[in-house]
Amino acid sequence: MPERNFSYHRFIYTLLGVGFLVFSGFVYTQAVPENNHVISPKAVAGKMLWQQHNCSSCHQLYGLGGYLGPDLTNTLSTKGKGKNYAAAIMKNGTQVMPNFHLNDTEIEALLAFLEQADKSGNNRVHSYEIGLDGTITSEGETRK
Amino acid sequence: MKRNSATIFIATALAVFLLGMFFGLLAAAQYVMPGLWRDTLPFTKLRPLHVSMVVFWLLLGASGCVYYFLGTEKLLKRRTRKWILLHYGLVCFVAVGSAIAYFSGNFGGREYWEFPPYLAIPLVLAWVVFLGVFWRSVYGTMKRWPVYYWMWLTGIVFFIFSLAESYLWLLPYFGDDLVRDMAVQWKSYGAIVGSWNQLIYGAAFFLMAKISGDNSFAFSRKTYFFWFLGLTNLMFNWGHHIYALPVSPYIKHTAYLISMTELLIFGKILWEWKRSVSEMRQFFYQMPYRFLAAADVWIFLNLGVAILMSIPALNLHTHGTHVTVAHAMGTTIGINSMILLALAFYIFGQVFGALSPKNMMKAKVGYWLSNGSLLVFWLALMGAGLTNAWYQWYEPEMPHALLMQKLVPFFAVFIFAGIFLFIGFALIVFPLLQQFFSGKKADTETKNIPPFEILEPSKKQAYANEYA
Ligand code: HEC
Repeated sequence: MPERNFSYHRFIYTLLGVGFLVFSGFVYTQAVPENNHVISPKAVAGKMLWQQHNCSSCHQLYGLGGYLGPDLTNTLSTKGKGKNYAAAIMKNGTQVMPNFHLNDTEIEALLAFLEQADKSGNNRVHSYEIGLDGTITSEGETRK
Repeated sequence: MKRNSATIFIATALAVFLLGMFFGLLAAAQYVMPGLWRDTLPFTKLRPLHVSMVVFWLLLGASGCVYYFLGTEKLLKRRTRKWILLHYGLVCFVAVGSAIAYFSGNFGGREYWEFPPYLAIPLVLAWVVFLGVFWRSVYGTMKRWPVYYWMWLTGIVFFIFSLAESYLWLLPYFGDDLVRDMAVQWKSYGAIVGSWNQLIYGAAFFLMAKISGDNSFAFSRKTYFFWFLGLTNLMFNWGHHIYALPVSPYIKHTAYLISMTELLIFGKILWEWKRSVSEMRQFFYQMPYRFLAAADVWIFLNLGVAILMSIPALNLHTHGTHVTVAHAMGTTIGINSMILLALAFYIFGQVFGALSPKNMMKAKVGYWLSNGSLLVFWLALMGAGLTNAWYQWYEPEMPHALLMQKLVPFFAVFIFAGIFLFIGFALIVFPLLQQFFSGKKADTETKNIPPFEILEPSKKQAYANEYA
């Protein structure tokens, strides 16, 4: 019964495809926790600068990105760091990080972007709750 | 048969592969020599050069193999020839265009495969052409498709969908919101990786059928079951990249649950281990088979790591460390590249005839050198990642520069192994390229049998094209 076999495969294939599209719709609309809705134009400009200079080739946000520099998700709220510290590094670069010759407006925009990242959640390893079933829960998920 | 479009794809892919590895070495050097070429050839440029060229190796190589196999089954219509060349031209245009963009500091800035958005348009077009040619070739030719046709169709369609999806950030609804943007980004990139895997694994299935002279597995229930399982993973398990991101728990739980079904695939490999070993004894003298065997071992290692990393509680520690890099390198080099090299050996063998004994010797040395150094390379990255995870948990206050210093020994081994890896692959690739440029014709015409399930033993022999 080769023909039946083919339509059976087609059926499963279609089912998976439809499931995928529904899931995609869910991701597009549900992915964001409530607390992440207010967005300033400055932060948006900062995000564009972040992309233009390819900061993510060295830096991560939520552990996603390059590996040469530190994760920047919560730099602004880390004790001993904060805005002035971040601004100084962005202004001058370091031994490894190039100096991007950013002007003050650009640095402010990048700071606004990093602030948005910082407020969106807590990415420090110790901030996650580890469940017995192997799941982890972040503050960002439970916060409404 | 002389140089045809399929071999042009593959030869270009091989050259791009070497180039990509070369950029990778330069980028890696910046790990042990902080600040090296910081202002002339910075990491911001080298990293995308490395990533993109390697991705183009996979894309060009896989497309070439699909065209070759469609050709051997007499399915490619003469009229599609110019479309195939258009596909080739568009991909090369994007590859060169993106390299120019990086050199001139013009970035897409997306993690991790990035180029300026306008270059995505010709790339999507190239795949639409690919889809058209594929569909014209196979549609209506048979009642039952072997599994690799399904895989190729899926690979092509998913690539188009996912590449387009990865540019949703251009719309403010997606782009302005960091968390939503990252979620969609990783959804799309998970699927893009899956899409080239479908092309490459499909071609590998085809090759296995050719080597063993038995294509019945490409029609069997078991094969379909595992393929559907893989497809389900492609669609729903990408959430394991973003366990840390504050997105809906449903996305993460789905990913966790679906990822664990890969244990079935893992179990199947273990179950069939003994049979694979005896099969290996039988066919190992053939170069293509040898590369497939290496890919098998790498699948085993990397799938094991992938399953562990998909458990959120473990992922919490390994995420964002070089464990992830080890996994990415292990799969693209150990699995995808080994399979593509197997295919390149097979196809070039069919088209241009056997390698000279001297070149064959080089390729064999290259085989062992590349696999051996890949193992060291992989272990060094694992070591760096696990050490990083340890410090991150027990000494979270440690400054980043100090942490990197602690990892330097691992990076040193990693680069050292990387150099040998490069040499090993060069020893494999150069003989193949030489063969391509000499353009010599194979002595024997190959026999072609259409892609129906072959049941009579006498025909199986004819289906297998031996190439030692
Ligand atoms: C070549 C890699 C590289 C690139 C590209 C790069 N950085 Fe950095 N960055 C680093 C390194 C390394 C450090 C850590 C400082 C050190 O140890 O030298 C750092 C530190 C920082 C810090 C301080 C973080 C902390 O927790 O101490 C900020 C903020 C920062 N970078 C922002 C940026 C921005 C914004 C961009 C893009 C415009 C960028 N970086 C591009 C490598 C890079």
